[in-house]
Amino acid sequence: MKKVYLDYSATTPLDKRVLDDMIPYLTDVYGNANSVHSFGQEASYAVDNARRTIAECINAKRTEVYFTSGGTEANNWAIKGISVRYGKISGRNHIITSAIEHPSILESVKYMSNHGFEVTYLPVNSDGIIEEDVLRKAISEKTVLVSIMTANNEIGSIQPIKELAKIAHEYGALFHTDAVQAMNSIKADVRDTNVDLMSFSGHKIYGPKGVGVLYVKSGIKPDKFMIGGHQERTMRGGTTNVPAVVGMASALKYTVAEMEENNAKIRQARDHFIDRIKSEIPHIRINGGMKNRVVGNANVTFEYIEGESLLLSLDLMGIACSSGSACSSGSLEPSHVLMAIGVPIEIAHGSIRFSFGKDTTISDVDYVVDNLKSAVERLRLMSPLTKK
Amino acid sequence: MYNEKVMKEFISPSNVGEVKNANAVGEVGNASCGDIMKISMRIENGIIEEVKFQTYGCAAAVATSSIATKMIKGKTIDEALAITNQEVVEELGGLPAQKIHCSVLAEGAIKAAIKNYLENYKMGNNA
Repeated sequence: MKKVYLDYSATTPLDKRVLDDMIPYLTDVYGNANSVHSFGQEASYAVDNARRTIAECINAKRTEVYFTSGGTEANNWAIKGISVRYGKISGRNHIITSAIEHPSILESVKYMSNHGFEVTYLPVNSDGIIEEDVLRKAISEKTVLVSIMTANNEIGSIQPIKELAKIAHEYGALFHTDAVQAMNSIKADVRDTNVDLMSFSGHKIYGPKGVGVLYVKSGIKPDKFMIGGHQERTMRGGTTNVPAVVGMASALKYTVAEMEENNAKIRQARDHFIDRIKSEIPHIRINGGMKNRVVGNANVTFEYIEGESLLLSLDLMGIACSSGSACSSGSLEPSHVLMAIGVPIEIAHGSIRFSFGKDTTISDVDYVVDNLKSAVERLRLMSPLTKK
Repeated sequence: MYNEKVMKEFISPSNVGEVKNANAVGEVGNASCGDIMKISMRIENGIIEEVKFQTYGCAAAVATSSIATKMIKGKTIDEALAITNQEVVEELGGLPAQKIHCSVLAEGAIKAAIKNYLENYKMGNNA
């Protein structure tokens, strides 16, 4: 059976070239990067190089790059570390984020709200975009931190980060962005956007899992999050995962170098998919705007059917995608992102995210659409909601 | 996530559709919660002669609908009313914990359909 992976926003396959770069550090170079002997120094040299490569890719300084265990840790650290430290220094106790953030942001700000902080969740428009005026109305001299994702994980909407960061700075607040879903297709330049902190991870850019980065602008010092070690200039304890950081740097280097070429190819596959389903499957809705959207994302609501049953039907045909199906998470609430952009609750459960990557071909897309049509038809025949 | 039996019932469910000339119809759930089950039956002399379902919901909802209709076909009203969601789950060989609530849907739909039948019967509409 043909297999087609359309879940690149969940994770990406490891690029073979990245694996090749990692292999020596999984085998011969096994020293602890903090050890003073030659074994350790060889590992330490590799970590320094990885840090330099990543800094160059995002236009940062080497000393502004902190390795973490992934995007979730980087987000936890940014929210908690900045709120705790700068809340104490400045007496500010207000955090602003958006209604469509990743759970690692939403849960972290909720944690801070349980520790005396006030939180404002900015709404988005029907395209999934935060408008500048909305931030202007919410922000005040009490705001310590604004955290807005660069690109959304469910609908791919791209936020005006540079403009939002500028507003935060006008009020003396710091600005963090979760760029996990953006690094693949949007060139990150922290000097241009002027963000104070930025999170991203390795496994969304064809690198290894279990590694991420928190960029922290020089002069800004969040409270430590993982304590008990001298690693990362004492800011983040724990023996450095040398092969993972080497892999992350390698992955980011290829991602940046090949971004334009891959974006064009991915956009073509995604647009072909959307064009075909729009003309061949009735009663569907493309969620989120098409203008400011990452190239690899399509989020579709299929009326009259429930997402998980469609997801499983496609899986039986070798097709992998993702549903924000409440039913599989055990909650009865549909996706908070779809709710925020105004998808009616009655149809939100029938939503599927298809995310395309650099290995997706047009023939893969055709295979998916052909099978999608029959799966949707079968489930609609079974549904009491289907309009005759 | 699901066992083979559940997947089999999901892939090729039995008794899908609507019974013509049904004298018992029940519908439970709502679209906002993500699942709806509609069941229709033809009951004659207290026996469920025909039963079909239509379900909007996850794979567990479809599988429980299918198995539940098989369990009550040919049974008396009293036997059908006695079926619990636990028995439906057992018949499927188990469901993941977060999916148990889907089996309640089938039990509810059966009870709603039989209630509908008994109300029709009392009103003298039993065809």
